[in-house]
Amino acid sequence: MATNFMELQSASLPANVPCKLARVDRQQWLQTAEALRQSNARILALWGADDRDRDGSFHIYAAYLLPDSVLVVEHCMEDASTPSYPSLAVFFPAASRMQRAVFDLLGIATDESDTRGWLRHGGWSETLFPLRRDVDGKHQYPVASAPYPFVSVEGDGVHEIAVGPVHAGTIEPGHFRFSVVGEKVLRLEERLGYTHKGIAKLFENASQQNGHRLAARISGDSAVAFSWAYCAALEAITETVCPARAILLRALALEHERLANHLGDLGALGNDAGFAFGLTHFSRLKEDLLRANAAAFGARYLLDYLIPGGVTVDLTADARCRLLNLYDALEPSVTQMRSIYDEHAGLQDRFREAGRLERATAEELGAIGLVARASGVACDLRVDHPWPPYDTLAPKMILQSGGDVAARVQARFDEIFESLRICRALLAGPPMAEIQTPVPIAAANLLGIGLIEGWRGPVMIALKTGSGGGIRSCHAHDPSWQNWPLLEYAILGNIVPDFPLINKSFNLSYSGQDG
Amino acid sequence: MTALTMVRQFGEVLLAIAIAPLFTGWIAQCRAWLQSRAAPPLTQPYRMLRKLFQKDVALATHASALFRMTPYILFGAMVLVAAIIPSIATDLPFARVADAIALIGLFATARVFLSLAAMDIGTAFGSMGARRDMMIGFLAEPALLMVLFNAFLLSGSTALPSVVEASTAHSFLMDPSLLFAAVAFLMVLLAENARIPIDNPATHLELTMIHEAMALEYSARHLALVEWASDLKLFNYACIGFALFLPWGIATHGADGGLALGLAVAVLLAKLTVAGAALALIESLSAKLRIFRAPEYLAMAFLLAVLGLLVHLLLGA
Repeated sequence: MATNFMELQSASLPANVPCKLARVDRQQWLQTAEALRQSNARILALWGADDRDRDGSFHIYAAYLLPDSVLVVEHCMEDASTPSYPSLAVFFPAASRMQRAVFDLLGIATDESDTRGWLRHGGWSETLFPLRRDVDGKHQYPVASAPYPFVSVEGDGVHEIAVGPVHAGTIEPGHFRFSVVGEKVLRLEERLGYTHKGIAKLFENASQQNGHRLAARISGDSAVAFSWAYCAALEAITETVCPARAILLRALALEHERLANHLGDLGALGNDAGFAFGLTHFSRLKEDLLRANAAAFGARYLLDYLIPGGVTVDLTADARCRLLNLYDALEPSVTQMRSIYDEHAGLQDRFREAGRLERATAEELGAIGLVARASGVACDLRVDHPWPPYDTLAPKMILQSGGDVAARVQARFDEIFESLRICRALLAGPPMAEIQTPVPIAAANLLGIGLIEGWRGPVMIALKTGSGGGIRSCHAHDPSWQNWPLLEYAILGNIVPDFPLINKSFNLSYSGQDG
Repeated sequence: MTALTMVRQFGEVLLAIAIAPLFTGWIAQCRAWLQSRAAPPLTQPYRMLRKLFQKDVALATHASALFRMTPYILFGAMVLVAAIIPSIATDLPFARVADAIALIGLFATARVFLSLAAMDIGTAFGSMGARRDMMIGFLAEPALLMVLFNAFLLSGSTALPSVVEASTAHSFLMDPSLLFAAVAFLMVLLAENARIPIDNPATHLELTMIHEAMALEYSARHLALVEWASDLKLFNYACIGFALFLPWGIATHGADGGLALGLAVAVLLAKLTVAGAALALIESLSAKLRIFRAPEYLAMAFLLAVLGLLVHLLLGA
């Protein structure tokens, strides 16, 4: 029976968006999830913590996105020898892989039947849980590869195609197992986790003042989103107020990150459909932007531009002028490329109807970010949970209803123009002013949430402070967690040679989800 | 058979072997220019071949003799094809023993061996590529035959040298049936040589590959021969096209002294230059077709060739 989650005892949680924390027992854990499902909430992230040194138990956290706020639900497992909690996958299918990852790292089990490892690829032993406090994370273990039973499809003429983790191009590693009849895909199963770097463990040895550097390196194409989420969490905990100028510059950096990735993706999408002309021209536009980034912010991909309490440099008058010129050059070029893409019969034939993700499926499975918006699901933190400065920028929600590759292409074009509008508005702000403020050292054991709409979707950091300016734990969540499973649905009924194009239209992060 | 005939025959084959990679390099260069990229040097295919010949072969443990033999068979078949196409002269002793039907048979032999070799290793990609290539092949072959029949009907012979001689002697080049056949031939050429819109020779996406998927397991000198054979195949196709539709400049029987041969080589190079640029333009303008559009595409080629025949039989007769 579902209880009304509004009646839960909840406390306010430091975050850059309205956020509450509710502590629940085992029964309420499920009831809350059911009630949230019924009220169309989305799961944002799921992570665990080893608090045996403090209260003798393990904790599991789930963050949900509600229409007006974020709710973090915490459940404390009394039994520290065989900790377990009820699976949320019934209500939120996206939780399934996160739960498997939590087991691999902490040994907290669910009642799910799928007990295959997700992040553990034989790099450490089955009985060792690296994120537990009694593991120092410095030890190397011999690699012991174990079989991973994929779900097999039986039938006349059905066979499997195994792709990856090593691919013919220079791309990140991931394994895709197709069950096909002829060229038609009957089922796709992904296996990820090849780039697990143990970032959560590394955070435990980082200082509060330096954690943003690690966060920026979780997924290189989302450096701004991750480092902003980290800074937002730390600033919320320490009740630091960033200078207004710094906040504008952060938003400018975030929009530049969106622009650079969308430009790169649009070129790659053309190339994957055999239209190399698109790749060269979008690569040129992206390179112009990256060079302007280097000149204006001091880093091509804006790595470490954001620091706790502000940003590293302000724009000079020259840089501001250069950026404005860049936008003026970019806009007509992208418009022109868009009409070339739109009017190219061969390209449109490849884009349309390929990899359709129906709106109902997207909602059911908890799609998030750009992919969700291209299927008509309205969710953009900048619009529905705006944090400064987006509360004053009135960003427009970009929605497409098609759900196919063409819709994801159109969504990217639309977002480029909307980002350019936002960038211009941001540059109209007051010039040189204070851009940094000192962030005090936070007291131990405080939990803070940072939630930022990166170019893929919401990026979340759950930061728990340690003593002496250290970090007790830090969970970083990439939206790819929610969207990777959707790819398995989008490909159904399509043909094998269309997979690379569909995959590129999602362009999800391997590194971000592997952690 | 005079010594001069043999010189012509072998000279022509050696020329084909030597400049086939140049033709591929030229197309790559044009493609790069059309896409506003800095182009690789014309010699890039030769450098690639040299690099590959210097490497040690990495062979799958369960590769059979078939897998190791195939590159040589491929290369040999393409050299033989080059020997029977009148690219610079028509007085070719080899072309008299093997007509254009045998030529199609040679292409088919090469295809069958490459497909078998691709499946020999047992990887998913090899079989996938082989499967797709067979599909393209069995649709492209009838279209190519129909194109050739157009020319055969006009010249009354199935030997390519006779077709060239007939077409230079009588001016039936303006025959409308050949126009249909030419378009059909161009479509078949693109499909058979793994070019856009059917296949993408530059792709790194293994799931979309056709020809490349079959060559994935090859390395070093084997890969070099496979690549060289594909260069030769493209060159051969271009020369078939010239023989059928643009035979000017080819040294015909009786008028094939040193000067005529030299002129023929110059004309051939000029034709290749234009044809390469045109191919690059077509490839740059189009996107790759969804693979199940390939049958429609090749059926269209077949239909055009048949239309050509009908035009000849109904109107031309």
